[in-house]
Amino acid sequence: MSTANREPARPAAGRAGIKKELPDRFKDYRHVWVFIELERGQVHPVSFELLGEGRKLADKLGVQLAGVVLGPPGEATWYAVAEAFAYGADLVYIAEAPLLADYRNEPFTKVMTDLVDTHKPEILLLGATTLGRDLAGSVATTLQTGLTADCTELDVDTDGSLAATRPTFGGSLLCTIYTLNYRPQMATVRARVMPMPQRTDKPVGRIIQHKVSLAEDEIVTKVLGFLPDSQSAKANLAYADVVVAGGLGLGAAENLQLVKNLARAIGAEHGCSRPLVQKGWMPADRQIGQTGKTIRPKLYIAAGISGAIQHRVGVEGADLIVAINTDPTAPIFDFAHLGIVTDAIRFLPALTEAFTRRLSPHSRDKLAS
Amino acid sequence: MHIVICIKQVPDSAQIRVHPVTNTIMRQGVPTIINPYDLFALEEALRLRDAYGGEVTVLSMGPPMAEDSLRKALGYGADRAVLLTDRYFAGSDTLATSFALSQAIAKVGETFGPPDIVFTGKQTIDGDTAQVGPGIAKRLDLQQLTYVAKIGSIDLGAREIEVERRCEGGTQMLKSRLPCLITVLEGTNEIRRGSFEDALCAARSQIVKWTAVAAGIEDLTRCGLRGSPTVVKRVFAPTARAEKAEQIETAEKTLRDAADELIAAIFTRQPPLEHELAFNNGA
Ligand SMILES: Cc1cc2nc3c(=O)[nH]c(=O)nc-3n(C[C@H](O)[C@H](O)[C@H](O)COP(=O)(O)OP(=O)(O)OC[C@H]3O[C@@H](n4cnc5c(N)ncnc54)[C@H](O)[C@@H]3O)c2cc1C
Repeated sequence: MSTANREPARPAAGRAGIKKELPDRFKDYRHVWVFIELERGQVHPVSFELLGEGRKLADKLGVQLAGVVLGPPGEATWYAVAEAFAYGADLVYIAEAPLLADYRNEPFTKVMTDLVDTHKPEILLLGATTLGRDLAGSVATTLQTGLTADCTELDVDTDGSLAATRPTFGGSLLCTIYTLNYRPQMATVRARVMPMPQRTDKPVGRIIQHKVSLAEDEIVTKVLGFLPDSQSAKANLAYADVVVAGGLGLGAAENLQLVKNLARAIGAEHGCSRPLVQKGWMPADRQIGQTGKTIRPKLYIAAGISGAIQHRVGVEGADLIVAINTDPTAPIFDFAHLGIVTDAIRFLPALTEAFTRRLSPHSRDKLAS
Repeated sequence: MHIVICIKQVPDSAQIRVHPVTNTIMRQGVPTIINPYDLFALEEALRLRDAYGGEVTVLSMGPPMAEDSLRKALGYGADRAVLLTDRYFAGSDTLATSFALSQAIAKVGETFGPPDIVFTGKQTIDGDTAQVGPGIAKRLDLQQLTYVAKIGSIDLGAREIEVERRCEGGTQMLKSRLPCLITVLEGTNEIRRGSFEDALCAARSQIVKWTAVAAGIEDLTRCGLRGSPTVVKRVFAPTARAEKAEQIETAEKTLRDAADELIAAIFTRQPPLEHELAFNNGA
């Protein structure tokens, strides 16, 4: 068993959850780390969002913020290092090796746990992407430490512990979770839950290179190929500035065209609530909410969506939420900023038309004069 | 081929209500179901067995009533069901859960033959962590293949397997080795209706029940609350926003006027947006 050499997870003494003095072997664990997710030459934006959050935690703790970049030798990997500095890292650990070119669990887990064992961070944050979740689970198990998934809020407690808050029971409740007696304290956070920090002009910092002591023939799983999603627009939903979404209130699959028309008229992405995916009216990657995408647009227009908690958690980060719903008591009006109680099927075409009129060049000239 | 699949009995969270005053989950009367994501894994396991021969063992850790879910899995056509149940498991976080399940899988292997593939669902609908699968893989030193959308060829002689794995922005084609652990993505397959024979068998089948000790777990401090490094400190309801949405009145107004008014209100709150939108439209 690969974890046999570790001490079993066991509280320092007595019942778990009661903070005892941190075991001696963890006493020199310090600093906040953010895993910089690099896949096929691209840094996932969630890594920058995490650097923003990590900065706050590191400042509160009075420690340094480090980025961890694992990738193939070459420009893209070093670009990720520079970007980590630009988004606030004080130092970056970099491990370069050809076998880190495409994500695979085995080498990434090995290198990451080596890094943790060598440099001992007290907090380790990863994006809750497919890659981040795959990696975080194995790293935490190897290190025999706690891992809190899909956090929506991170903070440092008065005694310096990481307080990781996440939705539970399908999003109906939130809970705050601690990893008191183990290090590092690990958490994953979904894309778009934390705001994107300002990019700064601080493109330098300390770089610590880590030698990868692993050969390709020691790795069992091989990558045979990669098929990119044909509709790359799908991936943009989480990062769109304006999103229009439809819910069950639209009544029929055809009526989704009304949502798409409005989206097209204002250059928005379109999305939906979960039942529409379950009915097969929209593909799963258009779903917004707890089990779909978290969005953070400047404007979110929800048509015929009741605003169940699982939907709410995915849209709460929007700057301006507009709800169109026939039911004045629909929960969405509790968190929307602007609401209109009306039939979305009739109203959406009128809204599309009104937007087009208002945004047309002619009216823009009027606006400027 | 021996396939072990881990399933969890979960409360049907669509029907969970939170007590408005005490902020506690009101479980009374909430039906339990097999975690929906696990059903895709179960179907995948059954298909592989049907194609390559062998046996499917379903394994669940939970209270005695989790037997219902195992019986349902037998009804779909699984060959054997094992329930890991013991009060020592209460309060397990993902690390403790993956420990207990990995020990039980090892015991299943000793008792009924070593597994070639261990399946889990992508995640559960009550915990939503997606961490237990990777935890089991690591502990048992199995190749870890998560978010698998499709299982391609399996070469039992060469002990090789090819899968398609979803990742950000695309699909990875991977070649790996057996034994492996696969977490299955939703929507990968259509879940079968169990046959009449299976239903009859399920009703009569003996479910193997193991306590922690029976599953070969010697160190009980690694289970349950005591074996869980994470601790839930506080459970609370999301804060309600102070004000409700500002309503655009619609009475005695044409749709056109109401739409204009809504747009005016949007741009009053977000003035720069108007220019951005106009700009995006190439206007
Ligand atoms: C584990 C779990 C995870 C989930 N994850 C998600 C998720 O990620 N995303 C998600 O969205 N949901 C999710 N859900 C489902 C969620 O609980 C709700 O069931 C869902 O969001 C409801 O979708 P809806 O608002 O479109 O439909 P409904 O709740 O049916 O609401 C339809 C609304 O439309 C209004 N309406 C009806 N006719 C009209 C009309 N003509 N014009 C305008 N309004 C009209 C109604 O008043 C009503 O408010 C999840 C549930 C569970 C249990």
